[in-house]
Amino acid sequence: MKTLFNSKKLENQIDQFLDAVSQGLIVFLNGVKSYFGEDKEDFAHYLTEISKLESEADKLRRQVENDLYTFSLIPENRGDVLALLEHLDNVIDTAKETLHQFDVEVPDIPLEFADKFIKLAETSCNAGEEIVLAARAFFKDIKSVRDHVHKVYFYEKEADRLSNHLKKDIFRTDMKLSRKIHLRDFTTHVEKISDDAEDVADRLSIYTIKRMI
Amino acid sequence: MLLFFLSSGLFLGWSLGANDAANVFGTAVGSKMVRFKTAAIIASIFVISGAVISGAGASHTLGKLGAVNALGGSFMTALAAGYSVYLMTKYELPVSTSQAIVGAIVGWNFFSGFVTDYKILSKIISTWVICPILSAIFAAVLYLVMRSIFNNVKIHLLMIDSLTRIGLILVGAFGAYSLGANNIANVMGVFVPSVPFREINLGFFTLSGPQQLFLIGGIAISVGIFTYSYKVMKTVGGELLKLSPQAALVVVLAESMVLFVFASQSLSDFVKSLGLPPIPLVPVSSSQAVVGAIIGIGIVRGWRNIRFQVMGKIALGWVATPIAAGVISFVGLFILQNVFGIVVAKKSVYKVEQEFVQFVSDVEIKGDFSKIEGKEFGSYKKLYNQIFPIVGEKDIAALLTSLCEEIDLELNLGKVKKLYSKGLLTREERDLFLKFKTKKFEYKYQFLMEFCRVQGCKLRNYKELREIYKKVEVYLKLLG
Repeated sequence: MKTLFNSKKLENQIDQFLDAVSQGLIVFLNGVKSYFGEDKEDFAHYLTEISKLESEADKLRRQVENDLYTFSLIPENRGDVLALLEHLDNVIDTAKETLHQFDVEVPDIPLEFADKFIKLAETSCNAGEEIVLAARAFFKDIKSVRDHVHKVYFYEKEADRLSNHLKKDIFRTDMKLSRKIHLRDFTTHVEKISDDAEDVADRLSIYTIKRMI
Repeated sequence: MLLFFLSSGLFLGWSLGANDAANVFGTAVGSKMVRFKTAAIIASIFVISGAVISGAGASHTLGKLGAVNALGGSFMTALAAGYSVYLMTKYELPVSTSQAIVGAIVGWNFFSGFVTDYKILSKIISTWVICPILSAIFAAVLYLVMRSIFNNVKIHLLMIDSLTRIGLILVGAFGAYSLGANNIANVMGVFVPSVPFREINLGFFTLSGPQQLFLIGGIAISVGIFTYSYKVMKTVGGELLKLSPQAALVVVLAESMVLFVFASQSLSDFVKSLGLPPIPLVPVSSSQAVVGAIIGIGIVRGWRNIRFQVMGKIALGWVATPIAAGVISFVGLFILQNVFGIVVAKKSVYKVEQEFVQFVSDVEIKGDFSKIEGKEFGSYKKLYNQIFPIVGEKDIAALLTSLCEEIDLELNLGKVKKLYSKGLLTREERDLFLKFKTKKFEYKYQFLMEFCRVQGCKLRNYKELREIYKKVEVYLKLLG
């Protein structure tokens, strides 16, 4: 009975963690959009919001780790679950980090690139969203993990392509080299969310095979 | 002295607890799904209840194979079985207490000149072959069902974990019960015919003589579980863990079901009532059932993880274990009898006297005994085969045959007083025996008749006779 109670509590915590990651991605996208919209108030709001979500995700992840070991739950899958949560945490960490860099470094992005930047951020976030869905499926509906994982791979490739285009465009302008490099770095940062998602997807594919009895 | 003779059985029980409990709780403990202490407590409780409540069936079959009727003989057969288990373990052959004890009993039969009932022997041996096969079939079916449930019903990973834990405990309890019911015969079966325990009335239920033996054996098994099984559980658990905990659950469930099938009297009766041949109640090997179950799952998963060597080793065990135990038992009995001068077997002669035929008709059991009147028979089986067609009922024939057994009993005052002073007889019983007119008894039924006379009871039918015989049998063991 005790294990049943503990596992119910833990189920909720894992769900909340996934909610935080997913919300973090939405907030990130909105933050990027408000940066280009030059709405400083909105941008500041999203910045505090994503920090809150990120620290909440951290807290939840530690709690889950702690409980899994304290109540020695799922000894067979424990390592996999922990690794999964830690790598999912990287996704929201990157999102937060990137948004903060916008705040700190205030990159001077020419308006002509705004759409492309936003498109890249959207695609990157899509990959993140799909990996959250895949992780949920891993816990509750193992058979549909594949349905989401393949989309993660698709969006990651798409983000890769978009960022390459963007970088090419940036370096074909007559801006100063320092500015070009600055913009290139931001392109890489935004794209990194999808790379993190891909990393989780790789692991998840293996865990899923392991779990299909 | 009794405790000394029982010691070999207790040792066998201890090693059974140390080794076989791992087949039931090994994965649960090895994978840290269940704590060892929890597992050990549950296993002990259920092994003991299984032994006491349902241990009789399989033990009865062993009794039919060879009723080891002297304490010295029981000691040696159990010791031979225990030693051969030790030897086989040393050479890393998969060994089964069940196979060892059967070999040891046949060894006793050979030594004491009792005829081995080959019908029963072949029934037992065929069960050994069926056991892993049946276990494989159970496991395959259960695995398919389980897989389709877990892969299609949307259950949270953590919920699956909780359910598996609860499942492992429930199935472990069932497995321990079945283990006790099926394998107690290995530990204590050979002592049943020779140990004089009396029925104890505990108010809400009574413990018969064999049940008390099973209780002691069950306790020996649980001591084995507590003292030594942790080590074995960790190794077995580790090996089985190549399977997922869910698959391991299937393995334990299949194994438990097989042990239960070959131990449950009521299940056997039910199958019989359907018009099918009754299931033989035979002690089988839990380790081999486990291997069978793993193979069953392997087949479903497409012949993966199957090590054919293991199957060869099991088959080798079927042959090597009983032969080794038989030889050790034979040699040991020889030494015990000729070097230490301990009685290892009582030779019985059965005779149907005219007086007996009269006695039988008084109890209103009908039948024409004239053909066998005055004849002598060298074994229980031979007389039983004659009486059975006359009376037409198994139970009656068995009872009458036992009554014809020749005994050489002299009821002397000293013996009765000694038993009284040891507390084995009550004051009433002592006085009762002192009232006996006849002091020398040639046949069991004579003792029974005298017993009835002194008590002033008149037997009117088979049922009453059976009740009295149960009491008399205990006294005969005590006085003999």
